[in-house]
Amino acid sequence: MAVDHDTVRHIARLARIAVTDDEVERLRGELSAILDWVEQLDEVDTAGVEPMTSVVEQVIKMRDDKVNDGGYPDRILKNAPQREGDYFAVPKVVE
Amino acid sequence: MAELTDLTVAEARERLKRREFSAVEYVDAHLAALDAAGALNLVATAAHDRARAMAEASDRHLAAGEPRPLEGIPIGVKDLFCTEGVETTASSRILRGFVPPYESTVTRNLWEDGAVLLAKLACDEFAMGSSNETAATGPVVNPWKRRDDPRPLVPGGSSGGSAAAVAARIAPAAIGTDTGGSIRQPAALTGTVGLKPTYGRCSRWGIVAFASSLDQAGPITRSVRDAAILLSAMASVDPKDTTSVDRPVPDYAAALTGDIRGLRVGIPKEYAIDGLAGDIDGLWESGAGWLAAAGAELREVSLPLTRHALPAYYIIAPAEASSNLARYDGVRYGLRVAGDDVTAMYEATRAQGFGDEVKRRALIGTYVLSAGYYDAYYLKAQKVRTLIKRDFDCAFEEVDVLLTPATPRAAFAPDEITDPLTMYLNDVFTVTVNMAGLPAIAVPAGLSADGLPLGLQLIGRPFDEETMLRAAEVLEQAAGFTARPDPWWVQG
Amino acid sequence: MNETVRQARRDRLIRGATGDWEVVIGMEVHAQVTSEAKLFSGAATGFGAPPNANVSLVDAAMPGMLPVINRHCVEQAIRTGLGLKAKINLVSVFDRKNYFYPDLPQGYQISQYTQPIVGEGVVVLDIDGETVEVGIERLHLEQDAGKSLHDQHPTLTYVDLNRAGVALMEIVSKPDMRSAEEAKAYIAKLRSLLRYLGTCDGNMERGNLRADINISVRRPGEPLGTRCEVKNVNSIRFIGQAVDYEAKRQIAVIEDGGTVVQETRLFDPARGETRAMRTKEEAHDYRYFPDPDLLPLVVPQVWVDEIAESLPELPDEKKARFMADLGLNGEDAAVLVAEKETADYFEAMIAEGAEPKSAANWLINEYFGRLNREGIEITDGPVPAAANSAIVQMVAAGDISGKIAKEVLDIVWAEGGDPRQIVEQRGMRQVSDTGEIERVVDEIIAANPEQAAGVKEKPKALGWFVGQVMKATQGKANPQAVNAILREKLGLD
Repeated sequence: MAVDHDTVRHIARLARIAVTDDEVERLRGELSAILDWVEQLDEVDTAGVEPMTSVVEQVIKMRDDKVNDGGYPDRILKNAPQREGDYFAVPKVVE
Repeated sequence: MAELTDLTVAEARERLKRREFSAVEYVDAHLAALDAAGALNLVATAAHDRARAMAEASDRHLAAGEPRPLEGIPIGVKDLFCTEGVETTASSRILRGFVPPYESTVTRNLWEDGAVLLAKLACDEFAMGSSNETAATGPVVNPWKRRDDPRPLVPGGSSGGSAAAVAARIAPAAIGTDTGGSIRQPAALTGTVGLKPTYGRCSRWGIVAFASSLDQAGPITRSVRDAAILLSAMASVDPKDTTSVDRPVPDYAAALTGDIRGLRVGIPKEYAIDGLAGDIDGLWESGAGWLAAAGAELREVSLPLTRHALPAYYIIAPAEASSNLARYDGVRYGLRVAGDDVTAMYEATRAQGFGDEVKRRALIGTYVLSAGYYDAYYLKAQKVRTLIKRDFDCAFEEVDVLLTPATPRAAFAPDEITDPLTMYLNDVFTVTVNMAGLPAIAVPAGLSADGLPLGLQLIGRPFDEETMLRAAEVLEQAAGFTARPDPWWVQG
Repeated sequence: MNETVRQARRDRLIRGATGDWEVVIGMEVHAQVTSEAKLFSGAATGFGAPPNANVSLVDAAMPGMLPVINRHCVEQAIRTGLGLKAKINLVSVFDRKNYFYPDLPQGYQISQYTQPIVGEGVVVLDIDGETVEVGIERLHLEQDAGKSLHDQHPTLTYVDLNRAGVALMEIVSKPDMRSAEEAKAYIAKLRSLLRYLGTCDGNMERGNLRADINISVRRPGEPLGTRCEVKNVNSIRFIGQAVDYEAKRQIAVIEDGGTVVQETRLFDPARGETRAMRTKEEAHDYRYFPDPDLLPLVVPQVWVDEIAESLPELPDEKKARFMADLGLNGEDAAVLVAEKETADYFEAMIAEGAEPKSAANWLINEYFGRLNREGIEITDGPVPAAANSAIVQMVAAGDISGKIAKEVLDIVWAEGGDPRQIVEQRGMRQVSDTGEIERVVDEIIAANPEQAAGVKEKPKALGWFVGQVMKATQGKANPQAVNAILREKLGLD
């Protein structure tokens, strides 16, 4: 599958990664090659096959409804690039 | 001092118990080796003070006659494991300065068993790579070189730093993670033993996630016995990881009886790929012969979907990774690059924070999950995955373990593979195992024509690491691999 | 999609400039699950904590963190599904919904997309005596996001992750509502059901129950029109206003020759209007895929059965029982069951011995009125059920008149106390002794011979006599007895 420049930009926007014009061209080539290559999966007959949901054969483990975590805002905020009081701060979001 | 760093874990812990030397001496010897090995460029973050403090604590346990299973043993830790109070970056710029306020379950298990943190070791960024060229700290260098060729070679990846450390006698053991071969392939390229346990054997809690349904932690060591010892320490039942399995952890070393009479060994014919190098093919045959000589029964088996595992992997792994990496956004930790608004901040932070390979995979992953493509790519790949697992289930009705080459080539130079697709092909023998969630181990078995280590891989049944380890030790004994890299990197 | 399942009712249609229009409404309600801890982490869910205090490493999406599901939240979802008479899916899957926002730390929300835990169900409404069924499409569990505060700083947005990871049930209705009234009745009934079940406290002011409303208009009988979504409406009243405004807006657009643009809108309570969201919302591509950190949720039928057995009596059943066993009429029964606290109060009054119909009348006509005037909920009311029950019983026994009963209520309301004691101490007992009443009647008739004589032609004058007797007895005479005796003595029978 060949992807075009617009698709690369669209995907980069979905992934929130800024791309320069040069990068768009390079990525276009690389992504197209990779997608072409993975398309060989079309050769495999998967009619009636269920997609793998988990390699683990086990019933989902559940937790009790007990408060046994949280309550340590300093640990949570310790690595924050920008902290205002006990909040994380980011450039303003336009609603 | 040089002799101390030659010991295996099994040897060292006995001698430590006998107080032949102190843990501090033992750890210091490795710290010195680490400091002298700058040319290998395998350190992400040094932690000398912590190492010494932990060694001192080990000496107190040893003096009190209460040694824990790994008392005083220094372990190199791939920078993917969150270590409390020690910077953890996944070898990425985007996590520069991140100091986790928590310890991963696997490393906590090691420290509770008395092991010592030697250093955080570099890896491919976010575990994405097969050559350890993408670490933010620069490429890791393989201690091995080709005969009469001074060019530095890659150690393999993504756990290249861990494998190089063990091969260079900087650590007696190291831990890594394996998503498509990232423990086994670098182990094979550095002449070390690399073990990936069954998916769900070790907890993933506190390990920077790459591909959630494929990632698994494991040891890299200089002997099969050491790998067994390490696995018993690393594994645990963890309620904090829903995908970890509730099975008690056996004493894996106890399974190393050396007796494989009657063991049925499968040779999957699809692994004889076109253009497989002669020396690797020959080694594979030798390996089969060694096992047969020890009383195993060889059988050809068929795993028809083998060659489709790699493309399926390169849909599923990037898809999961694209989602797992969304949290690296500059809001709560790590790198933040300023932007006029929050979207600009995200885009600039991730553009500058992620390297090229990570970006490639994030974009592929985003694409294959995007509207209109989910069925054709992701869903299709997950169906192929079901078939791959089915292949193995069928094979394991006939045999107990499978024997394959570990990698299609020995270590290579950084500029020899520049095309991403060609790089992906390094995982051709290893990804099948992650796709099926099986345990596998790479064992050094011989040397290539130009003197580089080559490994063989054994694949076992789910949660039957014991049988696999037993066969691996027999292989190891028969191969008698004693070669070691010439220490060209040592300074001073 | 059952577009034509509800025949357009003439009186629900909206008259436009060019004819009649039908408004079609569906609702997606987000209900915060009542639980101690969050859906996938052990942090607390409590309200009003200091910023980032109820946040675990998992909620903050630190590297290497993993979700583990809270069994109680699953139980609450199943309980709610059973209350909605819905199909419980024994196998369901958690999917990741991927998008970027500062209060979404993981960069994805764990939700359920293709295989939710609860399937189709129904909510039954009673609108002016007509039964209206609103279909439920599905219910699924998902994580709530944190809070972004845009007004704390001129150039920064502050992020508080306390709410991030709290369990939500998203309840999706079918587009079966046809008026603002129905929409309000639906949300009220759903809220009441959740409170009966104990699975959500329904507090809309706190945002524990929020509605996204999908509204479109069409000519009766025609296919569905383009719909707009009005997001995050957090009061029943605003829901009604939003529907009314939006329906009229869309009708006006079409009648002016335009077409309705599919968009997301917000309700502005100050203006009573909906407006398009300021930023042009990019069509989100959420790239849903099953969360690889979680196994499929498999729920044993045995567990579902246990939960079913533990369900309290729900409003519809309670209403039917009140009518069949207690003889209440439909309207009164509906009022009493609308809120569990009201039904409980009423039943407590019966348990203390009050006769059901009288108790219902008293509660609805006297007590509720006072509560409404003061703006108090029944649980905060100053009069216990036992006290109101006592008052009703005293009236039934003839110990006090209805008029005195109201006074007793006022006293208990203001001062507390036991109604029976109050009546005794203050001599408010009704005089039912006919001898005593006859004596007073005789006196009054004797004192007013002209009125007595003229009463046969002016039967209304009887009321004047009754008033006089009541005055003479300080209101304590039994009015029925007074009436009967007067009639006899005045020769009206």
